[in-house]
Amino acid sequence: MYNAMELMICVASRLLEDGATVGVGTGAPCAAAMLAQKTHAPGLLVAFEAGGLAPMLPAMPISVGDSRTTHRALMATSMCDIMESCQRGVMDYAFLGGAQIDAYGNLNSTVIGDYKKPRVRFPGSGGANDFASFCWRTLVITQHDRRRFVEEVDFLTTPGFLTGPGAREAAGLPIGGGPYRVITDLGVMSFNEHTCRMQVESLHPGVTFDEVQRNTGFELGQVADVEETVPPSEEELHILRDEVDPDGLIIGR
Amino acid sequence: MTSSKNTGRGPLFTDPDPDVARAFFREKKGALTDKLMSVSDAVARFVHDGDYLASGGFGGNRIATALLHEVVRQERTNLGFAGHTTTHDFQILAAGTRTGKQIFSRLDAAYILGLEARGLSAQARRLMESGEVEVCEWTNYALACRFRAAATGVPFVPVRSMLGTDTFRESAAKEIECPFTGKSLTVVPALYPDVALIHVHESDLFGNCRIRGITVADWDLARASKHVIVSAERIVSTDEIRSDPNATAIPAFCVDAVCHVPYGSYPGNMAGEYFSDEVHLKAWLDAERDVEVYRVFLDKYLYGVDCFESYLEICGGEERLAELRRLENN
Repeated sequence: MYNAMELMICVASRLLEDGATVGVGTGAPCAAAMLAQKTHAPGLLVAFEAGGLAPMLPAMPISVGDSRTTHRALMATSMCDIMESCQRGVMDYAFLGGAQIDAYGNLNSTVIGDYKKPRVRFPGSGGANDFASFCWRTLVITQHDRRRFVEEVDFLTTPGFLTGPGAREAAGLPIGGGPYRVITDLGVMSFNEHTCRMQVESLHPGVTFDEVQRNTGFELGQVADVEETVPPSEEELHILRDEVDPDGLIIGR
Repeated sequence: MTSSKNTGRGPLFTDPDPDVARAFFREKKGALTDKLMSVSDAVARFVHDGDYLASGGFGGNRIATALLHEVVRQERTNLGFAGHTTTHDFQILAAGTRTGKQIFSRLDAAYILGLEARGLSAQARRLMESGEVEVCEWTNYALACRFRAAATGVPFVPVRSMLGTDTFRESAAKEIECPFTGKSLTVVPALYPDVALIHVHESDLFGNCRIRGITVADWDLARASKHVIVSAERIVSTDEIRSDPNATAIPAFCVDAVCHVPYGSYPGNMAGEYFSDEVHLKAWLDAERDVEVYRVFLDKYLYGVDCFESYLEICGGEERLAELRRLENN
């Protein structure tokens, strides 16, 4: 058996193909990238916003700037160097963690409530806005509930497709980027190529479309042939538990 | 597109004028003089009430903990602060003074109040949700570029992020049309902090510094800041610095004070030296949840401690530090 986080990380790791480049945030995205490296994508190049480029991760970094992010790395560099490589078009994927998200994949990690007198203050953009502006495809991994999946984010910290088709380009963001997949504990979502709205791509075993819709604060689409998510293999779970996150920091075991 | 371009409505706390900065740097005495002094002397001389402060490293990695503690103990107030990838450093300043005064009242926020995967700081949240700190939003890269603009000696740098978002709306950035391509660009204003606190691996007496591992934004921060206090794991000879000039990350003319502080990034990580003390960081986060418990915690670990060496001692001393060295280097 496996838990929801293990499923999410395994599914997410499969999206990162061998030879691709990915900028990862702390936590689950980093675990997914590590798992990908140890399974189907040994040539996945992982970059950390603080300056770690292409490490051989010995253990799960606790911070995207700790020394594990430069363990046997190709380079220990600066934030500007990493972010400018993204801005230059080098980085295929931005892989971000949980936040409030809307139908266009816009993310909020700044405040809940009024900006000037927030009910809850969160860390803010960090590097998320930069990563999601610059990388070709944004991946998001997060829990699926109506508190997170909302009609309108309280604060648009990080760009998805903004208000819809053409909006990123009209705002001046680099041409061709945007959200690609959202991986949750219920399924995998993609974005409709005409409307740029979120749609169900695959459902995790035992999950129905109605259940996903009930847990989503906006109207979800679905692709023509919604598939059932392939569950984690024994090999994936073994590597995830024994090599990627043996202390259970992310997977909670 | 119309000709009207967006402008962020957030406050600009510092003057981006490069000629004002040039006049300052012309007068700055950054020559090869002995700048070695104690942490308390360095903070007393170079950090003043009302100053704009910046903290080097990456939140819980290569941070100038000893200097940050001293800013709190010397009760500096009304500071501006650059919340660039700030985590435990933010948490230290968010504690406020022993007498309950806020350390900073103006904040450029890119990443604040969280400790990444470790969770959010309850004290930092209380402070930021009080509405008593004036905030301007940025992204990590944009704020790094503000240091870079200052380090470069130009009034702004163009970036292609922030566009179309509330992060831009609550920033002090502006949108311009590129004179070559017609594309919309975000321009971020140069940020010249009054003082930067940076922890490094090695420095000589003059402030020529070496940094191992990632440099984050410290190359630019050291050059952008009007005053720089470095704390160093080791003091080395200038001959040693001259033996490998490629290794120098910060030249002496940027630096005003050099403090010899072994384990100066504790409980943060120091690349190649020691790993972060996750037990102590968790204790700090846990203590913040209860105001009474937190007060006792601060008295024990911050306010009631006479110097950084005493703090290291009550956190487990040599034995704990040796363990963190093993963790880093195994």
